[in-house]
Amino acid sequence: MDKTKFKAGIQKYTMILVLVLVTLFFTWGTQGKILYPQNITNLISQNAYVFILATGMLLCILTGGNIDLSVGSVVCFVGAVGGIFMETMGLPVPVAIILSLLIGALIGAWQAFWIAYVRIPPFITTLAGMLAFRGLSNVVLKGQTLPIKSEGFIKVFGGGANCYIPDFLGGGEGLNRVALLAGIVACVIYVAVTMKGYLNRKSKGYETGSVGAMYGKMAVIVVVVMAISIKLAQYKGIPTSLIWVLLVVLVYGYITSKTTIGRYFYAVGGNEKATKLSGIDTNKVYFIAYTNMGFLAALAGLLTVARMTSAQPTYGTNYEMDAIGSCFIGGASAYGGTGTVPGVIIGAVLMGIINQGMSIMGTDQNMQKVVKGLVLLAAVIFDVVSKRKSFIAK
Amino acid sequence: MAKILLEMKNITKTFPGVKALDNVNLQVEEGEIHALVGENGAGKSTLMNVLSGIYPYGTYEGDIIYNGEVCNFHDIKDSEGKGIVIIHQELALIPYMTIGENMFLGNERGKKAAINWDETYGMAEKYTKQVGLSDSTRTLIKDIGVGKQQLVEIAKALAKNAKLLILDEPTSSLNESDSKALLDLMLRLKKEGLTCIIITHKLNEVSYVADKITVIRDGSTIETLVKGVDDFSEDRIIKGMVGREIADRFPKRHGVKIGEVNMEVKNWNVYHPLYSERKVVDNVSLTVHKGEVVGISGLMGAGRTELAMSIFGKSYGTNISGQLFLNGKEVHLKNSRDAIEHKLAYVTEDRKGDGLILSNPIKINTTLANLKGVSNGIVIDKDKEYAVAVEYKEKLRTKCPSVEQNVGNLSGGNQQKVLLAKWMFADPDVLILDEPTRGIDVGAKYEIYCIINDLVAAGKSVIMISSELPEVLGMSDRIYIMNEGRIAGEMKAEEATQEKIMACILKSSKGE
Repeated sequence: MDKTKFKAGIQKYTMILVLVLVTLFFTWGTQGKILYPQNITNLISQNAYVFILATGMLLCILTGGNIDLSVGSVVCFVGAVGGIFMETMGLPVPVAIILSLLIGALIGAWQAFWIAYVRIPPFITTLAGMLAFRGLSNVVLKGQTLPIKSEGFIKVFGGGANCYIPDFLGGGEGLNRVALLAGIVACVIYVAVTMKGYLNRKSKGYETGSVGAMYGKMAVIVVVVMAISIKLAQYKGIPTSLIWVLLVVLVYGYITSKTTIGRYFYAVGGNEKATKLSGIDTNKVYFIAYTNMGFLAALAGLLTVARMTSAQPTYGTNYEMDAIGSCFIGGASAYGGTGTVPGVIIGAVLMGIINQGMSIMGTDQNMQKVVKGLVLLAAVIFDVVSKRKSFIAK
Repeated sequence: MAKILLEMKNITKTFPGVKALDNVNLQVEEGEIHALVGENGAGKSTLMNVLSGIYPYGTYEGDIIYNGEVCNFHDIKDSEGKGIVIIHQELALIPYMTIGENMFLGNERGKKAAINWDETYGMAEKYTKQVGLSDSTRTLIKDIGVGKQQLVEIAKALAKNAKLLILDEPTSSLNESDSKALLDLMLRLKKEGLTCIIITHKLNEVSYVADKITVIRDGSTIETLVKGVDDFSEDRIIKGMVGREIADRFPKRHGVKIGEVNMEVKNWNVYHPLYSERKVVDNVSLTVHKGEVVGISGLMGAGRTELAMSIFGKSYGTNISGQLFLNGKEVHLKNSRDAIEHKLAYVTEDRKGDGLILSNPIKINTTLANLKGVSNGIVIDKDKEYAVAVEYKEKLRTKCPSVEQNVGNLSGGNQQKVLLAKWMFADPDVLILDEPTRGIDVGAKYEIYCIINDLVAAGKSVIMISSELPEVLGMSDRIYIMNEGRIAGEMKAEEATQEKIMACILKSSKGE
């Protein structure tokens, strides 16, 4: 492998490399505690909201480095409203869920309208939303905590921090068979899809790329998926919140990489004028990005109140920063046009591991914030500098 | 013999993997205008960046001898201190500052903590007079045209006590009359003792102003031609630039039959999007036949781009009125999507600003205007997209390692080919090409002309907007001349000459 190719490879997989190194560091720092099955499980369920919000935030950032500051407040507001639907008004759970998601999408559409069609800068529009919906959360909850008791709801949304897919295959103590099986099925599907794509390309005479690299990538992914599913199996199985995360990640991963609308997000962020002249309605692209952000914030809101089994006017504080941080650490460009869902997930996992690792090590809460801030800065510095030759900008 | 002001000796500059300059030698005499010509990527700008200290001393090999002493410039400040000032192709003026403020930016008059504005504007006026700019020095840059902005740049350079002025493509965004004025200014400043190096693609300008021409090809100096001694004709210069003679700069079309009317515009009026009382396109009517290349000539600001974009799904202007017929049927296009679906294509004059997504690969740019062609409407078939991009890359002979390459890394000519590929893949019947060869080198221009010929041979219609008269004359079957938003004249290519076109424009400007 020649030098430039090697360098390009390093650049492409920088964050994965960093993730491995950070994991190794905390494995050492916590004497391996961070890799305990329980901690792996917690990593997923504690950060479920980050994965979901970061995926939505990616679409906003793709359109040109635009962020949505209101998601934390929207998470709180929708959680509160959802709680009121279920507990105070006694609506059936499915109705309450659908209404909550709808309200999230409507809030998104409200902000999206100003951003997309009136061209109010997103920073300002969503800053206004951040203040307004935080205030409204307080108003609808009358400043108090609303306990959530609806068991069905709590279970479906990964609730009470202790809800798992039941092991209906009847595994013995200590090894959840459903989790194991799910891991195996996922691997088989993944390998089958990859091979099918490869053979399809080959039969049509298209270029196929390096076969070795394909098998290598496949092997790594299979090992990682199996490792995670074994860890989950060793604890209590698949947390229900993981289902939601996977659903969002897979759907949005597909949309961004394989569909025409996904392509439009990248195109608008890359060059809006050129996109418009190519016959694409750029206003609509902005509108979809921000409406969708509201929808996903609502989903994250439901997950949050289910996990806490209550709604409080302080929930969701700084969630937007976790989402934005994950996007930038995961390689999304602050100018828009680049970034992928898998990248963002890696960014979110990295943040999650640092959080958890420091908690296990007993690092002071305030110092944790310092470290997180520095990691975010370092990630972006690395990203920016590795793309040019000199350290100091010319 | 005059004194040699600047000598660049055996300059070699390597970038990782590429030798951009290889033992380049350049001698500039005091008080001359020295033209630097060469194809895109030949190394002209690199050489000037070495000279002005943008590539600091130590990153290249060889010597710069200026005014008899060896110079080691570490940054632009060093070279400007010696009186070497470079004006880049992209103007570096700040739109919301005044002419005076811009001229003394980084070179402020008065004390650090107390700028002396009277001195600033007083001195600014002195220099603007020198370059023949009559506007108040308190005018904001955004309120004056590009031609005047270029003059401000020169005045700014003079304010820095420039002895050697380097102009990189100074006329690339100017129209013919502004260009002429700029070149005349250079000749006037030369008389006042200023030495100039000019980089340009426009060979007629070179023979007009230059005393000497140095040709650079593939990072090496090929030859230096001296006025009055060597042949200064365009063909001679082109031969040096491309290393071979281009027998015919415009490829001939053979046996292309001009068919029935493909597109017709009747009584087309467009108003400015911001100043809605200003009429930008005034009662324009034109027709285009199948298999025909129609040229639209005119000065910059004549309303050609505005006409084209307003036809292309109302992408420009307000209060658009008039009729548009495609294939004999009247159509009403609401937006660019509509226009594309009615088989119309507009290839912009600003490929970087309005045409391409520079941060994306060739394949994504190629399919952007016609994603339907590589998808089922929702899901993109990435393999097909790749195949399409490769097909057009080969058809148009785009030079690139692969279609995964980002468009921003390509040269101007190859970017233009990707832009053409994008619109050809949208499968239009009528293509409007706006300045299709701006800022690209002679070899690439020839290839673009060949593509245009292939398009009309396939029965499509091409409308070519161009400010270069030889190109309009060489490529068109029929020529419309636009001036001040109106069609000032129409000529068959056989009858048209540069003089006739210019005369037509001048006549219409006088309102006769």
